[in-house]
Amino acid sequence: MTDANPQILQDLLSADGFEKVETWVSKYPVERKRAAIIPIMSIVQEEHGYLTQELMDAVADYLGCPKIAAYEVASFYSMFRLKEAGKYVISLCTNVSCMLAGSGDIKKWFKDELGISPGETTEDGIFTLKEVECMAACGGAPMLEVDKQYHENLDLDKVASLIRELK
Amino acid sequence: MVSIEIDGKKIEAEQGSMIIEVADAHGITIPRFCYHKKLSIAANCRMCLVEVDGVKKPLPACATPISDGMVVKTQSDFAQESQKSVMEFLLINHPLDCPICDQGGECELQDVALEYGNDVSRFSEKKRAVVDEDLGPLIETEMTRCIHCTRCVRFGREVAGIRELGAVGRGEHMEISTFIEQSVDSEVSGNIIDLCPVGALTAKPSRYQARAWEMAQRDSVSPHDCIGANLHVHTLRNRVIRVVPKENEAVNEVWLSDRDRYSYEALEESERLLKPMLKHNGEWKEVDWETALERTASKLNMMVQTDGSEQIAAIAHPSSTTEEMYLLQKVMRGLGSNNIDHRLRVSDFAWQKFEPLHPELGVDLSELENLDACLLIGANLRKEQPLASLRVRKATRYGNIASIGLYPLYHNFDIDHEIITDAETWLGQLAGITKYLYQNQGDSDKEQWADAMDLEGLETLLEPITVRDEHRNIAEMLLKGEKSSIILGASALEFSYAGHIRLLAKAIANLSGSSYGFFPHGGNSVGAYLAGSIPHRGPAGADVEQDGQHIKDLFEQGKKGYVLLKTEPGKESVIADKARESLEQADFVVSMTCHADDEAFEYADVILPVASFLETSGSYVNVNGLWQDFAAAVSAPGEAKPAWKVLRVLGNLLNLKNFDYVSAEDVRKEVKGRLSAVGDRIKPKWQCPETLPRDGFAPRPVNMYQIDGWLRRSPSLQDTALAKGQEILKRPRLSPFHNIVGGV
Ligand code: SF4
Ligand code: FES
Ligand code: FES
Repeated sequence: MTDANPQILQDLLSADGFEKVETWVSKYPVERKRAAIIPIMSIVQEEHGYLTQELMDAVADYLGCPKIAAYEVASFYSMFRLKEAGKYVISLCTNVSCMLAGSGDIKKWFKDELGISPGETTEDGIFTLKEVECMAACGGAPMLEVDKQYHENLDLDKVASLIRELK
Repeated sequence: MVSIEIDGKKIEAEQGSMIIEVADAHGITIPRFCYHKKLSIAANCRMCLVEVDGVKKPLPACATPISDGMVVKTQSDFAQESQKSVMEFLLINHPLDCPICDQGGECELQDVALEYGNDVSRFSEKKRAVVDEDLGPLIETEMTRCIHCTRCVRFGREVAGIRELGAVGRGEHMEISTFIEQSVDSEVSGNIIDLCPVGALTAKPSRYQARAWEMAQRDSVSPHDCIGANLHVHTLRNRVIRVVPKENEAVNEVWLSDRDRYSYEALEESERLLKPMLKHNGEWKEVDWETALERTASKLNMMVQTDGSEQIAAIAHPSSTTEEMYLLQKVMRGLGSNNIDHRLRVSDFAWQKFEPLHPELGVDLSELENLDACLLIGANLRKEQPLASLRVRKATRYGNIASIGLYPLYHNFDIDHEIITDAETWLGQLAGITKYLYQNQGDSDKEQWADAMDLEGLETLLEPITVRDEHRNIAEMLLKGEKSSIILGASALEFSYAGHIRLLAKAIANLSGSSYGFFPHGGNSVGAYLAGSIPHRGPAGADVEQDGQHIKDLFEQGKKGYVLLKTEPGKESVIADKARESLEQADFVVSMTCHADDEAFEYADVILPVASFLETSGSYVNVNGLWQDFAAAVSAPGEAKPAWKVLRVLGNLLNLKNFDYVSAEDVRKEVKGRLSAVGDRIKPKWQCPETLPRDGFAPRPVNMYQIDGWLRRSPSLQDTALAKGQEILKRPRLSPFHNIVGGV
C-alpha cells in the first residue's frame, strides 16, 4: 500500500491535460479543492478512456481526499467508466419517462441486433451499451447519448440508422 | 428556549435542536436508523417521519429543527402511515435472514419492523444480493443486510478521522464498501459494529457463538489504557463471548478502542495457566496451591534472612488492580523491602521526588474536546490513548493543536504546529518555547510565578537558548487559547531525561496559563501510585524510611529474588534484555500471571496462575483520578485465583500483620481510608534543572497491541494490519469541521 503522493497525477497526464486540471483546481478555495473532483476525473478519463484504480487514487491524492471518496464519485456518476469501453459509448436512459416511452424496446434491440446488454461491449470493440438514469431530457423520451450528443424521440428505425452511421 | 408540543406533551427546549433530540430527551420514541447522537445528520433512511401541524408532508424528525409553537405528532394516523411505508420500503431488499443473523434479538431493524412492519411482504420481485467485503479479522460483514444508513461511513469520516468505507454506486446498485479489497485499519474500527442498526456488520471473533438473549451482561473496566473505558461484558455459561461499550459520557462516551473490545480473547488462549507450578531440579511440575505458596513463602523468608530484604524485589504491571498492587507492596514492605515498582517503561527517576501524589491529566477527559489550544509532547495519541484521540479530534473544530515528538506521527486530527525533533535537541525545543513565554511575561506575572517556581534558575538555564519561529508560534497558540493544555505521552515519559521534559512542560504550562498533565502507561498507573506500588513512597504517598530501588536499578543491578505480578518484563521493560538477564540469574522468581511462555518457564521457579482482568473484582483509577470498581464477569479457569486472594494468603503464610481481608472491597476501603488522610502533604515545588543535557535517548515505541500480556495473546488483534505494522500511515486529514457540516 502506498502513501499519498500528489505528484503521481501529473505523471499520468499530458502537459495539456494537467494544465486543465490546475485551472479547475484554481477555481475553488484551497481547503475545498476537492470540489473539482468531477471535472478532473473527466479530464483523466478523456485521456485514458476509462478510470482505473490507479487513476482514481492519483486524483484522490492530488486533491488530498480519501481514496474511497474518489471511488464513490466515479461509481456514482454514469459518465464515468470504470472498465475499458468500446469506441462509442451509448448511454441509454431507462428511467421513468424513457421507460414509459419505450426504452425497453431499444434495450432489447441492442441485444438482438448487436448482441450486447447494458455494461457490455460488442466483440469488434466499437459499441458499449450503458444503462443510465434520467439525463434531464424527458421531453424527448426515449433518448440516448453518444459522445456528448443527445439523440431524442427515438424509435427502433432511428436507432438502427444511428448505429449504421457510426459504424 | 422555545416551547413545542410532542404527542400532546408541552416541552421547553433549546432553539435549533432537532425534533428527535427533544423527543429522546423526554422519553418519546421515534423510530430511526440513520440518526445517531454522535454522528452528523444524514436524514437518508426516512424512518423517523412525523407529522407537524401546518405542514402537509411528513417531516424527518432527525433533520427538522424545532420552532416556537410547533405541534408534533409521532403517533397520528398520518405519521404512522408514513413510518409504515418507509419500513416496507426498507425491507424490500433486506434478506430477512434473522434466524442465521448474529444481530438477531438485538437488531434495530428487527425491533422497528416488529412495530411498524407488515406481516406479509407485498414485494414478490427478486431481492438484490451484495457481495461481501473482507474488512479484516475484527469485523464480519453480510452486506446484503445493509440498509444504507451510512452510520459506518460517517463514523469513519467524522469520529475516527479515517475514511475507509464509502457508499459506492448509485440507486439500487449502491453498496457500502471499501471498493478495493482492503481491511478497515482504524484502531477504533469495532465501533461500527455497534453503530450498524442491522446485522451487516457484526463482530467476527464472536460470530455464531451465542444469541443475544442467552447472554448475561456484566460490567467491567478496560485495563489497557488510563482512560478506563467502561465495558459491558457478555457472557454465556461462564465464558466471555464478547465485550461492548457501556456508555459513560465522562469517560469513553459510547465508544471502545479495538483493544478494549477484543482483548477478552486472551482469556482462553493456549498459554493460559490452569494450575500452580513448581520448578524442581529444572523440571516443571503441577502442584497444589498450598505447596506452591508455602514454597514461595519459605523461599522469600529465607532470602530475607540470609541475603537481606534489599535483595528481593517486586514488579507489577500497571494494569494490575489497585487492590493487587496494594497487597503486593504490603507483602514486600512487610518483609522489610521497599523494592517495588510498576514503571516498566520509565528510565529517568532523578526527579521522582517532585512528582505529585499520582499521575494526572490536568484536564477532564470530557474537556479535551473543548480545548482551544493543546500542546502534545511525545504523544502518539491514536496509538496510546485511542479514545482521548477522538476527543482531541473534536477540539480541532475550533481549537489548535501543536505536537512535538521524535517521529513523524500520523494523527487522526489536524496539527497546526508540528516539530519533529531528535533526542539531542528535544529539551532545547521545549526550552525555546519556555524562553519565549518567559520573556513575554509582564513583571506582575513573574511575581505570580515566583512563588511556585524558581525563576532565577530558569533565567540562567534559558540564557543560551535561541527562540525560533516555531517556538513562538506554539507559545502564542497557548497564550491565545483560553482553555489550553500541555499533554505528555509515552515517548516523553520513556525519554532518558523524562524529568527534564516534565519540568519544562510544567514551566510552559505555568507561564502560558495552561493545564499540565500526562497519560501514564497501562490502565492503572494512577492506582499504582495510590497503592504505593513505587519504591519511594508508601500507599497514599506515605513517606518511607528508606527509599527502595527503582525498577531500572532493580534490573540493572540484579536481585536475588523477584516477585512478578502480571508482567513479562522481557517484553515490557524499556531495558528488556537486562530485565530478562537479571530474572534468569536470580535465585528465585515467583510469577503471578495469567499466561506463561517459554521465556517465563525459563526464568521462573514458581508460577502462580491468577485471574485476568475480567475474572477478578477490583478497581482501576483513571487519569482523572476516577475510581472505577468492578466485579468478576466470569470466574477464572482451572485453579487460577484472583491475585488479591493469592497475596492475602501469602501475607498470612509469611505471618505478616493485618492480612485478613474478606473481599477486594475490604482492601479498597483500606487504601481509600489512607488516602483521606493525605491532605496537602504532597505538593512538590517546581525545581529548575541545572542544565539541559543533549545526550538523551528514547527507546523504540511499542506497538499498541503489545503493551500487556493479554493483548499479546489476542489472536484477532494480532492478526490486524495494525499489529503487523502494515497499516497505511499517511492519509488525507479529514478536518472534523468540514466533515461534520458534510464534506467528502
Ligand atoms: S453497513 Fe450497517 S451501518 Fe453501514 S450503512 Fe449499512 S446498515 Fe448502515
Ligand atoms: S427519464 Fe430519461 S431523460 Fe429523464
Ligand atoms: S433517522 Fe431521520 S431520516 Fe434516518
